[in-house]
Amino acid sequence: MTIPFAFDIGTAMLLIAVGGWMMVAQGTMVAVIIFVVYGLLMAIAWVRLSAVDVALTEAAIGSGITGMLLLSAAARLRQTEVTSTLPSFPIRLLSGVLCAAITSGLAVVVLLPADVAPTLAPMAMANLPETGLGNPVAGVLFAFRALDTLLEKVVLLLALLGVWSLAPDRLWGGVPALDSYAPPNDILVFFAQVLPPFGIVFAIYMTWTGASNPGGAFQGGTVLAVMWLLVMMAGVVRAPPISCLRLRWLLVAGPVLFLMVGLAGFALAAGFLAYPAGYAKPLIVVVEIGLALSIGATLGLLAAGPPERNHQP
Amino acid sequence: MNSATLFGLCSAALVGLGLFGLIVRPEPLRKILAFNLLGSGVFLFFGVVARRGAAAGLGADPVPQALVITGIVVSFSATALAVALVLRLRKLTDEVTSGLGAASKAQEDGDHS
Amino acid sequence: MITILDTLTILAVSAGTLFFIAGTVGLLRFPDVLTRLHALTKVDNLGLGLVVLGLLPHASGLLGALKLVSVWLLALISGAIVTQLIARAIR
Repeated sequence: MTIPFAFDIGTAMLLIAVGGWMMVAQGTMVAVIIFVVYGLLMAIAWVRLSAVDVALTEAAIGSGITGMLLLSAAARLRQTEVTSTLPSFPIRLLSGVLCAAITSGLAVVVLLPADVAPTLAPMAMANLPETGLGNPVAGVLFAFRALDTLLEKVVLLLALLGVWSLAPDRLWGGVPALDSYAPPNDILVFFAQVLPPFGIVFAIYMTWTGASNPGGAFQGGTVLAVMWLLVMMAGVVRAPPISCLRLRWLLVAGPVLFLMVGLAGFALAAGFLAYPAGYAKPLIVVVEIGLALSIGATLGLLAAGPPERNHQP
Repeated sequence: MNSATLFGLCSAALVGLGLFGLIVRPEPLRKILAFNLLGSGVFLFFGVVARRGAAAGLGADPVPQALVITGIVVSFSATALAVALVLRLRKLTDEVTSGLGAASKAQEDGDHS
Repeated sequence: MITILDTLTILAVSAGTLFFIAGTVGLLRFPDVLTRLHALTKVDNLGLGLVVLGLLPHASGLLGALKLVSVWLLALISGAIVTQLIARAIR
């Protein structure tokens, strides 16, 4: 047994233990904090599986911004937490047995792999030079499976519409309340003045380097979203009303740019979402920059929640 | 036994744990947490498939990796929508069950009819 | 063959790991929030600092070394501020 494999055993056992603890922990707040820890452990597991792009996404979105969203929700629900009872013991036992059966089934699938592991890596690598990109994952996201990425942006926007539509009628077009995250506080203000310059540079670097190294628009956009949330929470910048026209343009700018480039493919290249030969990399980088801005705005507003007070100009 | 198989077994256990939590825990926020645990188990399974598909000088097949990145983002948007629904539902049930001042609140809100 | 730089790496990273272990033990064993924060800051400042110091000789050029140092500096800033925020929240 080598040292890296021993490390992997430790990581896997910690993941299972922390996941199980998250399910049985007393108190929602504790469970959410465990969730954040779990997300960071999961990022380590992704690095061990040679998937650094996924590790960055997991740390930024899966653990970071989801954790923040859930923490705020747990803090709000704590004031009115009702003690709910678990189902009766036979039902718990039955569901435990059923879940164990599903786990065993999956374990059998893992232990009896196909004779030849299915892979698209050679195809992806063979066609990667045509895109001019150096990161095969970015190649899949923006060239080979660009439709998935485009539709995913639409899903993000639809989710944001869903969140907004939960606001009462009289608050439509109002301002999301971020006060629930933290009361204004001079140290937080200092933090919100010191960190964003670094964060924005890091987000630009992450988006830019995504074309040839691990990184990209998702991770860069998430960092932008978190910086924006930080300055809004600290009260350095006021949260915008959701009726703000510029904000709405920012939200759709990335997907619209992506769609325009995709439609231009009909005239200039082989078809929808195809890039003209030789221009693939610059076009992809432009689309990624637009997407990073839109993703930043969308993720930030998703975490901020529906509007809760009227806009006072 | 190699690392990919190990994390594959780990993902199977996580799916089971997440499913168990989803069924057994009654609180809505705990169900959302369990749903995320279940989802990350499925993502990890994809990661194992990607690792086993390592070829052409890559450490892992890029296609499942890209799918997982998309999946994580979509899972976040689903979580955000679910959290907003839970918070709204709690607000409405509090208004209905609190009784005291419910009528005045209803007048103030005038939207949950 | 182990060079002087390798020896430095081994010594610094081991010392850093020691701080991580001590800090984790403190986090688990100390009685209240303030002392637990004290344990945690040792891990952030010294533990991570020593690990970064140990990895510097193996960084890929000046840019890689700068990236490593900036990771440590960012962890220092956010660690110090989050510690303050938590300490205030419990006061």
